[in-house]
Amino acid sequence: MRRFFLSVLVISFMLTTACWASSGTYDFPLDNGLAATILGTPKDYRAAVPEKIRMQQKRLTVFPDRVVPELYWYQKGLEYFIVKQRGPAPLIFMLAGTGASHNSAKNQAMARAFYQAGFHVVSIPSPTHPNFIVTASSTMVPGKLEDDARDIYRVMQMIIQKAGNRLQVTDYYLTGYSLGGTQSAYVSKLDEEMKVFCFKKVLMINPSVSLFNSVEIIDDMLENNIPGGIQNFQAFWNDMFKRFSDAYEASDSVVFGPEFLYKAYKKRVLEEGLEPDNTMMSALIGFAFRISSMSMVFTSDVMSNSGVIKPRNLELSRNESMSDYSKVTGGMRFINYFDEILYPYYKAREPGLSRQEMLDGLGLKNIESYLRNATKISMVTNEDDFILAPGEIDFLRRVFQDRGTVFPKGGHCGNMDFTPNVANMINYFTN
Amino acid sequence: MHRYIYSTLQVLILVVLAFMFTGCGSKQATTDLQVEPATRQFNPEEREYVLDKVYDPLEGFNRRMYRFNYHFDRFIFLPIVKAYSFILPDFAEDGVSNFFNNVREIKNFYNSVLQWQGESSVNTVARFGINTTIGILGVWDPATRMGIQRHPEDFGQTLGHWGVGNGPFIVWPIFGPSNLRDTAGLVTDAIVMDAIIYDGILDDGMGYSSNTRDQVKLYATIFNAIDTRHRTGFRYHGSGSPFEYELIKLFYTEKRNLDINKH
Repeated sequence: MRRFFLSVLVISFMLTTACWASSGTYDFPLDNGLAATILGTPKDYRAAVPEKIRMQQKRLTVFPDRVVPELYWYQKGLEYFIVKQRGPAPLIFMLAGTGASHNSAKNQAMARAFYQAGFHVVSIPSPTHPNFIVTASSTMVPGKLEDDARDIYRVMQMIIQKAGNRLQVTDYYLTGYSLGGTQSAYVSKLDEEMKVFCFKKVLMINPSVSLFNSVEIIDDMLENNIPGGIQNFQAFWNDMFKRFSDAYEASDSVVFGPEFLYKAYKKRVLEEGLEPDNTMMSALIGFAFRISSMSMVFTSDVMSNSGVIKPRNLELSRNESMSDYSKVTGGMRFINYFDEILYPYYKAREPGLSRQEMLDGLGLKNIESYLRNATKISMVTNEDDFILAPGEIDFLRRVFQDRGTVFPKGGHCGNMDFTPNVANMINYFTN
Repeated sequence: MHRYIYSTLQVLILVVLAFMFTGCGSKQATTDLQVEPATRQFNPEEREYVLDKVYDPLEGFNRRMYRFNYHFDRFIFLPIVKAYSFILPDFAEDGVSNFFNNVREIKNFYNSVLQWQGESSVNTVARFGINTTIGILGVWDPATRMGIQRHPEDFGQTLGHWGVGNGPFIVWPIFGPSNLRDTAGLVTDAIVMDAIIYDGILDDGMGYSSNTRDQVKLYATIFNAIDTRHRTGFRYHGSGSPFEYELIKLFYTEKRNLDINKH
């Protein structure tokens, strides 16, 4: 019975990949990039990966002498997970997107696919995640890619050291999505000097070309799509939940979750033929991003004692109300973080550093020549990835040439779990 | 047996009390350095905030309970859940969940009726009938496979349906985030279910002695708690965000509103 089931699985898998290869079409079901970003790959289109794998959740003390503020009492070390093969195998490091933890849904899904393909897998939080800022960031103000890469590299080495000879690694690989995709290029560049891992292959998934451009776009998505501006956020919020509620009441779903959202979207766009509500979806993406950037901005402010949101030198207790701080932080764009926390931090250390110089440094353009020649690095993105400013997709095409793949749809990271995408990713690393 | 339970309860109450009173005098600037005002000042007049939709006069207590729950999860609850899922094979875990879900249909039923929801009342009766018989006392769930969906209802939703507001947000030890209305619902459902199952079915219907009944009740409560935690993916401070409490407070309230409006 089980064998029968397995063979059916294998055959259907072969059929889907064969169809894709022969027809050359890309059948990702969501044509709208915003919808793809929010909903991700619908269940029936996701690559088949093992459900139960052993993700060993671990903690690492990176800076033994660091005094963690009482407010962050629950941050007890850098959190990561490792999935091990039996015996020697190649190992892949995964870097998460802005504000994402090592346990982000995308990293978990990728870990399953890599484990299935025979890799040891290590997943660490993004340097923009509070856990990383508090426990493993040397500057505690993330954003400068070279310094974040050094912090990531340190953590990677410590993880391998800690695993000791119970973990046998043949070769090292590296991947990352979104901001993690951009960072993986910098980590790879650092590795050329340090030569600790000598990564065999690196894959950048939906990277940002210029952090400044990307976050400006996403901040605008929130602030320009709320009728009356951010001041009217509450009205927008109430309206959004009213509409969720109406759609939920009208549906036969009994659980409010991704499945319901996909069904509701399908009903509106595919069955009733209505236009997707791009305004609301844009604002929702902007809101989700703001929630994670808020955590980063406030944590950086506290850890660096910058005195922007929390009064300088004030120590917050573990039971402190965060309400007012969350309201202040919620009103901050990335550029405010840059101007008030990040740039002043570096300016204090390098008095000659100009604002423009530093802004220009936050992206892939200043390592362009490295990327052009680094044949071990490949890149995938989507035609409708909105975090890329005009011209940036051409920049990626020009730089990566035949090492770059641009899928026609998928939005920002919305197609990462899609069967052809996973096949493409695994194929790249195993051949 | 009962004596152990009661002494465990006593210890628990002491620990909760200890959490309530620790760090009450909030520490201000223990460093010798001068506190300087922040460059960005909070201006409450500036605009209305979504967060203020949730009435939270008990924030100090709630935050302490939130922290207590983190520790309770970490050192007691989750290790037990882990052992449970390690010992039982998956199909047995599903059986336990199905069983409790089937018992909960009683609560779903009377709350659907109290909200005048004809369709879901009928569906709930049908589910209970099918799963109790064909599904062998609810261990299997053939009703869902036949396309009759489970429709969770509780007395908190019933109150909400008839216009009762949220009341203050409350974080209970072990039970977690709630509000006054939902707490009243939780207590009412517990009393009603207790009366129906233990005094009605097991006592009058089957003639069990009060001693056996108490035993059943004890184990049912423990397994129900473990099963529920096992099915709940939420982890206290799992997001790592310094604003997690605020986010939970907001999303709990909105989620309950969605449930109340859903018929």
